[in-house]
Amino acid sequence: MSSILIRGGHLIDPASNLDARRDLLLSAGRVAAVDAPGKLDALAAREHAEILNAKGLIVAPGLVDIHVHLREPGQSHKETIATGTAAAAAGGFTSVCAMPNTTPVNDSAETTRWMQSPDRGAVVRVFPIAAATRGSLGEAITEYGALKAAGAVAVSDDGKPILHDAIMHQSLAAAARAGLPVIQHAEDTRQTQGATMNAGAMAFRLGLRGMPAEAESGIVERDIQLLAGLQDSRAHLHIAHLSTAKALEAVRRANRNGLRVTCEVAPHHFALTEEAVGQYDSHARMNPPLRVQSDRAALIQGLLDGSVDAIATDHAPHCVHEKEQEFERTPNGVLGLETALGLALQVLHQKHSLPLSRVIALLSTQPAQLLHLTGRGSLAVGSFADVVLFDATATWTYCAAASKSKSRNTPFDGWTLPGKVHTTLSEGHVVYEGNS
Amino acid sequence: MKKKSASLRTAQPRPQRARGASSKTTRASVPTAPHALPLHKAPIHPGSILSSTQLTVEGVSKILALASDLESEAVRTRELRLHKRRVSLLFYESSTRTRTSFELAAKSLGADTVLVSALSSSIEKGESLKDTGITLRSLGAECIILRHPSSGAPYLLAQATGLPILNAGDGIHEHPSQALLDLRTILYRCFGAKQARSVTEKSLRGMTIAIVGDIFHSRVARSNALLLPKLGARVLFCGPQPLLPEHAADIGPGVSIERDFDRALQQADVVMMLRVQQERLSGLQLDLENYTRRYQLDAARLAAQAPRALVLHPGPIIRGMEITSEVADGPQSAIEEQVHHGLAIRMALLTRALETPATPSARKKTRR
Ligand SMILES: [Zn+2]
Repeated sequence: MSSILIRGGHLIDPASNLDARRDLLLSAGRVAAVDAPGKLDALAAREHAEILNAKGLIVAPGLVDIHVHLREPGQSHKETIATGTAAAAAGGFTSVCAMPNTTPVNDSAETTRWMQSPDRGAVVRVFPIAAATRGSLGEAITEYGALKAAGAVAVSDDGKPILHDAIMHQSLAAAARAGLPVIQHAEDTRQTQGATMNAGAMAFRLGLRGMPAEAESGIVERDIQLLAGLQDSRAHLHIAHLSTAKALEAVRRANRNGLRVTCEVAPHHFALTEEAVGQYDSHARMNPPLRVQSDRAALIQGLLDGSVDAIATDHAPHCVHEKEQEFERTPNGVLGLETALGLALQVLHQKHSLPLSRVIALLSTQPAQLLHLTGRGSLAVGSFADVVLFDATATWTYCAAASKSKSRNTPFDGWTLPGKVHTTLSEGHVVYEGNS
Repeated sequence: MKKKSASLRTAQPRPQRARGASSKTTRASVPTAPHALPLHKAPIHPGSILSSTQLTVEGVSKILALASDLESEAVRTRELRLHKRRVSLLFYESSTRTRTSFELAAKSLGADTVLVSALSSSIEKGESLKDTGITLRSLGAECIILRHPSSGAPYLLAQATGLPILNAGDGIHEHPSQALLDLRTILYRCFGAKQARSVTEKSLRGMTIAIVGDIFHSRVARSNALLLPKLGARVLFCGPQPLLPEHAADIGPGVSIERDFDRALQQADVVMMLRVQQERLSGLQLDLENYTRRYQLDAARLAAQAPRALVLHPGPIIRGMEITSEVADGPQSAIEEQVHHGLAIRMALLTRALETPATPSARKKTRR
């Protein structure tokens, strides 16, 4: 039974309210002990533990991404569970929640189990999010109890919204009974037909049809009303990739009214604005689209003041040839797993002085709690030995060509970021070494 | 325990196996993806004309002077300008006026032209724009004139081929050669041929250009609104709400909105009428009868509101809809001259495209 002593690092574990120099002993895939520097040496020696020198490094719970697209089953030309989780490990993530817009759509217990099979070659833990409706067609809800029993941690039709009021109402009610959150991709598709970027002056100038902010906020407001009408305290609505000030305001109002409404923000939405579309750069095309500076500022404010519950990447790999098309034909989405920590540190910690512990909470502790990933996002004794070691200040340059992902579609190629990941451990095993 | 700082992971006591094998203890080895090549993008060839936004006042002057020079040159001399140079016309949308104009311009400079249209080519079989561009380049094309239904397509072609690309209309984005020929028409009619050789920031100062009709779907409107204010003009967009969204006024400096047609006409020195692009309306509801009543330019309206204004239309004209025959063929109309100026401008753009050297070194695009 292998043990590892992570020695000499600065441990940040928001779940234990710990932000200090501590050594960490991992044993049998779990956190065995946390103690002051040097205090665990004797115990580690008895267990013949390997030593991981963490001097100068931050030791944090492995990051948790509750919104990724791993493209399996059925779209393995873009990504596989093996390559997607390798990219996750390189970015410091040890838990990823995979959206169901695969081929076929993951709307069954069978597919949910298939995704978690050891045969997939995942290097970090994969938690499937199952489709909220059959085939994600928005017409009939799936069997939430059976999906949960098979390992699904939430339901969502991500990629499209659950548009019909009655179906969304049913979904929220059934999910509440099953103890699952409903994750909504908030987009009123009646307002976004043919649209490929944010609506406004820039879209007009580029001759592109735009997605108005109201297409997002309108669905968020509708969902909040449905949730309020349900009067079931177990009901949990989670808004995926929230991108507008208007929608965030709606979430804040709902929270003031005591409703269980949470939201996530993607790194590209707090790092970029629609200006990144530039001359039709397909790597700046995603859904929801990059917004204007006032939206970006509102999202950052929400991340700083706690209104936003989690950072989630919406990692969405696409092949080079798919992104090398006319802007209006190219698919939505960008990679996110390898750059999330760096962007969060650069924008939130360095530029806006958010304490490191809060950054870790947004990338690990809180997302794990949102989807009830027990034993994840925490370094308390008994938790899974999911750990990331990174240098918060040393900079590194992201090179898309060297990505562990199968795809290359990132707007951050060539960016120099802080937060170089040194080592990622998943359940006690080293799954990524930055310096190797 | 001694502190080990030289290596990141050190066993204590030393493990029985070699360090390289230590990864056997991990749950799975980390797979590496086959390393696809990064997106290759050539820099945009400086001889390209993709958008009015790229044009400087000095650049516009050079194009205007070249157009005048070429126009006055003896036919024989002109034919040697681009003798046997290869120009491809790549048309994904039907077009008579623009295609013929570019084709004649190329031929009058002695260039060989090849027309590739979406029907009757491998485009029909699903070949990508990138591959079509690379194929044309391999066949010797030195410049590609592109018309495409998708906004921004010329940028993709420019980056895929590295060739000078002339945008002959992309989606609802731009049609920059049209804006340049409209400018030349305005300069000729308002100031005379001598003044049409060069421009400054003040050339059109005090002038108001009203662009009327289906602004949203008009690449001509965008290219003019982005060009004419650089020379001091004020552009007034005029049209009903679905065809003229509020944020159109934010396209650039010197552009504003006047919804009332008569009030727009009263201020206009030049009136540019646009066709309603019914093929692009897709879902937008428009009462054509009501539209015609509010926005048609007829003789009575023109006489009452803008008796001295110059009337332009990029074509194709739908007579009896946005404009009546009386106005289109009347003394204030310069519609026929626009076609004539189009030829001169396109000769200049082709010459410029083929005589501008490519950027010496492909500067690598890097950001912070
Ligand atoms: Zn989504």
